[in-house]
Amino acid sequence: MRIFVAVGRLRLWLPTAALVMSGCGGPFPQSTLLPRSDFARATDVLFTDIFWWAAGVFLVVETLLVVTLIRFRHREGRAAPKPTHGHTLLEIAWTLAPAAILVFVAVPTVRTIFATSGEAPADALKVDVIGHQWWWELRYPDLALVTANELHVPLGRAVQLSITSADVIHAFWAPPLGGKRDAIPGHVNQIAFRADRVGDYGGQCAEFCGASHANMRLRVVVDSDSGFGRWATEQLEGPAAPAPGTIAERGKAVYARSACIGCHTIQGVSPGVIGPNLTHVGSRTTIASGLFPNDSAHLASWIADAPALKPGALMMRMKPPLSDADIAAIVAYLESLK
Amino acid sequence: MSDARGLASWLTTTDHKRIGLLYFWTALAFFLIGGIEALFIRAQLAQPNGRLVSAETYNQLFTMHGTTMIFLALMPLGASFFNYMVPLQIGARDVAFPRLNAFSYWVFLFGGLFLNASWFVGPLFHAGILNVAPNGGWFGYANLTERQYSPGPNIDFWVLGLQILGISSLAAGFNFIVTILNMRAPGMKMMRLPVFTWMTLVTQFLIITAFPVITVGLAFLIFDRFFGTHFYVREAGATPILWQHLFWLFGHPEVYILILPAMGVVSDVLPTFSRKPLFGYPVVVYSGVLIGLMSWGVWSHHMFAVGLGPIADSVFAATTMLIAVPTGVKIFNWIATLWGGDIRGTTALHFAVGFIAMFIIGGLSGVTHASPPTDLQQTDSYYVVAHIHYVFFGGTIFGLFAGIYYWWPKMTGRLLDETLGKTHFWLQFIGMNLAFFPMHLIGLLGMPRRVYTYAPELGVGSLNLVSTLGAFLIALSILIFLVNLWRTRTRGRPAPNDPWGGATLEWSIPSPPPVYNFSVIPTITSRLPRWTTERHGPMRDPPATPPEPIHVPGGSWWPLIAAFGLPVLALAPLTHTLWVAFAGAALLLLGVYRWAFEPFEV
Repeated sequence: MRIFVAVGRLRLWLPTAALVMSGCGGPFPQSTLLPRSDFARATDVLFTDIFWWAAGVFLVVETLLVVTLIRFRHREGRAAPKPTHGHTLLEIAWTLAPAAILVFVAVPTVRTIFATSGEAPADALKVDVIGHQWWWELRYPDLALVTANELHVPLGRAVQLSITSADVIHAFWAPPLGGKRDAIPGHVNQIAFRADRVGDYGGQCAEFCGASHANMRLRVVVDSDSGFGRWATEQLEGPAAPAPGTIAERGKAVYARSACIGCHTIQGVSPGVIGPNLTHVGSRTTIASGLFPNDSAHLASWIADAPALKPGALMMRMKPPLSDADIAAIVAYLESLK
Repeated sequence: MSDARGLASWLTTTDHKRIGLLYFWTALAFFLIGGIEALFIRAQLAQPNGRLVSAETYNQLFTMHGTTMIFLALMPLGASFFNYMVPLQIGARDVAFPRLNAFSYWVFLFGGLFLNASWFVGPLFHAGILNVAPNGGWFGYANLTERQYSPGPNIDFWVLGLQILGISSLAAGFNFIVTILNMRAPGMKMMRLPVFTWMTLVTQFLIITAFPVITVGLAFLIFDRFFGTHFYVREAGATPILWQHLFWLFGHPEVYILILPAMGVVSDVLPTFSRKPLFGYPVVVYSGVLIGLMSWGVWSHHMFAVGLGPIADSVFAATTMLIAVPTGVKIFNWIATLWGGDIRGTTALHFAVGFIAMFIIGGLSGVTHASPPTDLQQTDSYYVVAHIHYVFFGGTIFGLFAGIYYWWPKMTGRLLDETLGKTHFWLQFIGMNLAFFPMHLIGLLGMPRRVYTYAPELGVGSLNLVSTLGAFLIALSILIFLVNLWRTRTRGRPAPNDPWGGATLEWSIPSPPPVYNFSVIPTITSRLPRWTTERHGPMRDPPATPPEPIHVPGGSWWPLIAAFGLPVLALAPLTHTLWVAFAGAALLLLGVYRWAFEPFEV
């Protein structure tokens, strides 16, 4: 019996891997070494700069150490070493040398700190990022648009993220677009960037935030300007109404009389604000904060028992459990919400 | 060492040498426990979507790995040498307060047992075994650690356990400061102290100033969790960032509490095995003092992602980079000590040189995240895990192993096997670089730390596998070390007073030293009393038998009993039982009262 559950789990995982492998931009979707915005490039330039200083120092000092060890290794008949106690000039020199190198590191550092302090021009696209255990709420205040876990931004336009948290401390980190900032309840932190390449990137919560910290991921999609416009227009439309007589319509009825409405918003159907907004959940490519592909099988197991797929998930097991037919109906409904 | 035998003689001992050995064996046991936790962590991360342990268990494992290694393994291993070596290096017969010293050890033991009991006592809290160990990280960030988000007893074990351990560190801190300042032999001026003793002194000042800060932070958290106060509760107008300031105000000096003793060991080992005095002794001492002072001004570099603003970030970047200067000075002085020497490649020297080589890497990666913009891409990623392990493993642990191979003959009267020792060194050296070097890249490729699983598409699977192999290689090297310790018990070569030709006082007396240490308290006329220098010949070692009888204080039960009161006290909030609190307080008071009025005679 156990083995069947295990095989079932495995079958859920394999397509996940396949989808994500093909779906994401390039082999290292979350790399800090492939910067894709002005913010990320500024820190990358600085890092490269410091790296070479460090590599130089490393080479000089380690070589000195190894040469000393070989040259002065014990040999029979070597005269007793001269008891030198110090050399003032030498010691001043190797105090000043690192200090001088640090000046070369500190000056561009301070310059970059101010250049990347998170202020964007007034016409920047504003996005409020709100961390929750364990998913991301994304609000576009100027567009009156609310979504979750998949951040869409336009290419080349300044973007201003205002980051905070609804519960514990998280950290928003989408490495190709720039450094992380903590999401702290009661505080708002800002990141500003201008994405410079269309693509599909990875991101992840970076501050330990409890049981499913590892599962608090997100997708960042950089669209062309027109692509972003199209996405925003679709997201702003009301939810699709399922055609009469379809299984999706029955799903809507099941959804409306189940516990789902307590936590989730579907415009015009339910007003819950504890979980992700589902008005256009069918248009997203992943569920459970970037953990699984958004397909029928995963949706069904997620609805049946979310904590089994994501430890600690606050979306509880349905009690009493929904019938398989009801779950299938809800899945059909959610998938129709493009 | 005292000849008395039997369990009671160890339970009541106030001999700094016995207490040093107790610290050593206890810390070694905790080091092995922390290491096994690390192996579970690495096994889980050997490949993407690891399934060995659950998310909850993993969070407990990494929390206890960090807490155990820092508070129960590295600090007390250092304390083992403070205890054993400092009185010998300054020409004293014991520490200033021998019973307080015993108290420190027992409190440490009980605190460690209290923390680790959490692995097994789940059923008492209506949970399974392996369910109630601390799970909020060694840094325990509020507000995640508030009752609202961590309702179970897990964090209770952590806050109460750390409070207990803090008492141990504080008591020992005051004890060693008084010992070093007041108990020096005639002529042992401050600038004649061995560097290990100097660094011990700096470390103790850091302990007595840093631990009160975390004590306050923990007290706030305890009040929040048990009495419903709101020190870190955002909804009540407070901010959880307060915890971060308090924690790192303690936490950064703590880093130097862990590294300075190792620097002290290296500064003693290098001169002995290159047959040359330490190059620039005053500069090495002053830079150690300076590092200690500067460690107070850098705490916010742990918080660059918090958003303290560009001015604060710039200031803390500058202070952090500055600390690289005295650190760099030490490294150059060590290399200059080796230069022109007659270097004998003993195992102790291998580890001391390994310390320098690895600590350079940890220091340099530290500079890369002293810069806030680059730190925003590195903090909380595996890059920082690589950094701290180059500092604590490559640094502290290599330094402490140098100390173990160097002083083991003094502590036990037997020399460790050099062939096994060098095998241990090379396996550990290769193992640590395999385990920790790839983590730099793993972090730069975007893997956050403290995650029990990661997605295959991050592209860090093979790097993680290499890292796991490295961790198991380290485990193998530690196994060889244990074999070496075991064999030495019976088959080790007996150690003479001075197997290495050391310059400092501990080598002038038998191995292990008699209970009174020095048959005659020596008079010190130079920084290297046992070597010939320009102005002095070597000192005359104290005679083998004391010319007149020496009074040595006897043992006492009261430190043990007083110390036992503390875990009992901590049990009270944990179980919400009032009478337990009274029982704990009674034990503590009884112990302290009887201790105060105990005639401390033979």
